[in-house]
Amino acid sequence: MHPSTSSTVTLNINGEKHQLSLDHRTTLLDALRERLDLTGTKKGCDQGQCGACTVLVDGRRTLACLQLAVAAEDQEITTIEGMARGGELHPVQQAFLELDGLQCGYCTPGQICSAVAVLEEHAAGWPSAATEDVRPEHGPPELTDEEIRERMSGNLCRCGAYVSIVRAVARAAAQQDESAKEEAA
Amino acid sequence: MREFGYRRADDVTGAVALLDADPGARYLGGGTNLVDLMKTGVERPARLVDIRRLPLDGIELTDDGGLRIGATVTNSDLAAHPEVRRRCPALSQAVLAGASGQLRNMATVGGNLLQRTRCGYFADVTKPCNKREPGSGCPAIEGEHRNHAILGASEHCVAVHPSDMAVALSAFDAVVSYQTADGPGELPLADLYLPVSDTPHRETALPRGALITAVTLPAAPVAARSRYRKVRERASYAFAIGSVAAALEVHDGVVRDVRLAFGAVASRPWRAHAAERALVGSPADAEHFAAAADAELAAARPLPDNAYKVTLMRNLVVAVLTDLAQEAAR
Ligand SMILES: Cc1cc2nc3c(=O)[nH]c(=O)nc-3n(C[C@H](O)[C@H](O)[C@H](O)COP(=O)(O)OP(=O)(O)OC[C@H]3O[C@@H](n4cnc5c(N)ncnc54)[C@H](O)[C@@H]3O)c2cc1C
Ligand code: SF4
Ligand code: FES
Ligand code: FES
Repeated sequence: MHPSTSSTVTLNINGEKHQLSLDHRTTLLDALRERLDLTGTKKGCDQGQCGACTVLVDGRRTLACLQLAVAAEDQEITTIEGMARGGELHPVQQAFLELDGLQCGYCTPGQICSAVAVLEEHAAGWPSAATEDVRPEHGPPELTDEEIRERMSGNLCRCGAYVSIVRAVARAAAQQDESAKEEAA
Repeated sequence: MREFGYRRADDVTGAVALLDADPGARYLGGGTNLVDLMKTGVERPARLVDIRRLPLDGIELTDDGGLRIGATVTNSDLAAHPEVRRRCPALSQAVLAGASGQLRNMATVGGNLLQRTRCGYFADVTKPCNKREPGSGCPAIEGEHRNHAILGASEHCVAVHPSDMAVALSAFDAVVSYQTADGPGELPLADLYLPVSDTPHRETALPRGALITAVTLPAAPVAARSRYRKVRERASYAFAIGSVAAALEVHDGVVRDVRLAFGAVASRPWRAHAAERALVGSPADAEHFAAAADAELAAARPLPDNAYKVTLMRNLVVAVLTDLAQEAAR
C-alpha cells in the first residue's frame, strides 16, 4: 500500500493559525516563504550550514531548512515578522539597528532570531563550548564576547559584520539585565 | 527528493509496528541528518515515522548513580542538564562542541548516534562509494581523505564517524537500549557499530526496525573529572579532525583510573583500551601520557594525506591528560 505523500497541516505562526495542504517534502522554510509569503526568513545554504533560516519553534531556535513543515504541526513558530510587540521592536532588533549589526541584511533575520534565543539560553544557565568549566557548581558563565561569539557561531555573515553583531547582542543582554533589575526593585 | 508518507508515532509500540510493517520506512528524529541526506538523494525512505514527540525525552538517575538518557532528549537539553554536567562534564562538553545552537536544539540522542559519515563521496550520488552503493568502490583512498580514518578502516571504506557525543559516551561504557516488534533489547555502545570489513554499508548491530529508546551511562566516579577536547579547521561550527574524551584519577602521582576515547579517527568512536592499560599504575606525567598514546596509535594505518592525525592525536592525548592531572593536583 502506498502511503499518502501529502497532508493537511495546521501551522501556528506568530500567534496565527494557518491550514495548508502540504507535500511532506516541504520544509518549514519553503512553507513560510513560498506558501505564506513570510519572506523575512531567508534561504542561504538550504543545508543547515549558515543559520539564515533560523526561526523559533516552541521558543527554541531551529533551522527552518532542515525542519519538515509537517513535523512542526501545532508547535508555536515565531519568525522575524513576529518579533516586534505592539509596534515596538524587540530589544535585540533595536540593538542591531542602533549598533549597525548588519551590512546587506541578508543574514540579519536569522541573526536576530538566534540572538533572542541566545539570551534566553544564557538566562536559563546553559553553558557553551566557550565555558571554562561546565560543572553546575561553577555557576552560569558570564556572557562575555567570547561566549557570544561561540553561541552565535551557527549564524554566518557573508559581509563579515561580526564585530557589530557581537556588540549588538551584548547591548541587548545588558538591557535585559537592567530591566530584570528594575522589575525586581 | 523522493515523495514519502509521514506518520507521527503516538507511542513506542506503535512506532516499532510501523517500521516493522514497511521495509521502506525510517524513523525521523530531529531530521538534521536524515532530511539533509534526503535532499541530496542519498537517503530515499518511502515513509517517515516521526518519533520526536515520543515520551523518551527524560534524563534520570539510575539506582546505582548512573544516568539514563532518553533517545529523544535533544542535544541541547543533554548538554545543559545539571546531573550530566556534574557527573560527566566531558559528555556535556562533547555535545556543546558539536554543530550549532540551532542544530543541537533539533538533534536527538538517538539520531546523533546513527548520523551518517560526512565523507564527501558518500554525500555525492554521482560518485562511487561502497558505503552508499556496495561494490562500487572507494574513491576516498586515492582521492580526498584528509579527514578520513587512521584506525580500524579497511580497503573498502576509510570513512570516520562524525559524532562528538558518541566519543564521550564510549569512554564511559554507555549501553544502548532499543525496542523491536519482538520486544526490548540492549547493546553496549562498544558493540553498536560494526567493524568496517568488506561491508561498510552495514553500520550497526541493531536489529532491523529497532528504535533506540535510551542510552545508559553506568556510574563512574572517575567521570566527574573528565574533559572533551576537539580540534577542527575553524574555531566553531565544524566537524572534528581529531578529538579526545578523557577522565583521570591520580593518587600520589600515580594513575589509578583512566578513560580515553578518540573521535574522528575511525568508523566509530575509538575507545583507547591499549592506552588505558599502559597508563594504569604508571606515573601521571607527560612522558607516560605520550607513551600511552603511542601504544594506541601503533595500530594506526594512515593514508598519504591524513598521517598528520597520528601526531595530532598524540599531542591531544598528552594535552588533555596533563590538564586533568593538574586539575587533580589542585
Ligand atoms: C552543518 C552541520 C554541522 C554539524 N556539526 C556537527 C559536529 O560538529 N559534531 C557532531 O557530532 N555532529 C554534527 N552535526 C550532526 C548532528 O549532530 C546530527 O545531524 C544530529 O545529531 C542527528 O540527530 P537527529 O535527531 O537530527 O537525527 P535524524 O536526522 O532525525 O536521524 C539520523 C538517523 O538516525 C535514525 N534515528 C533517529 N532517531 C532514532 C532512534 N531513536 N532509533 C533508531 N533510529 C533513529 C534516523 O532514521 C536516521 O537514519 C552537524 C550537522 C550539520 C547539519
Ligand atoms: S570512505 Fe567510505 S564513505 Fe567515503 S567514499 Fe569510501 S566507501 Fe564511501
Ligand atoms: S538556509 Fe538553513 S542553515 Fe542555511
Ligand atoms: S549582513 Fe550581509 S550577510 Fe550578514
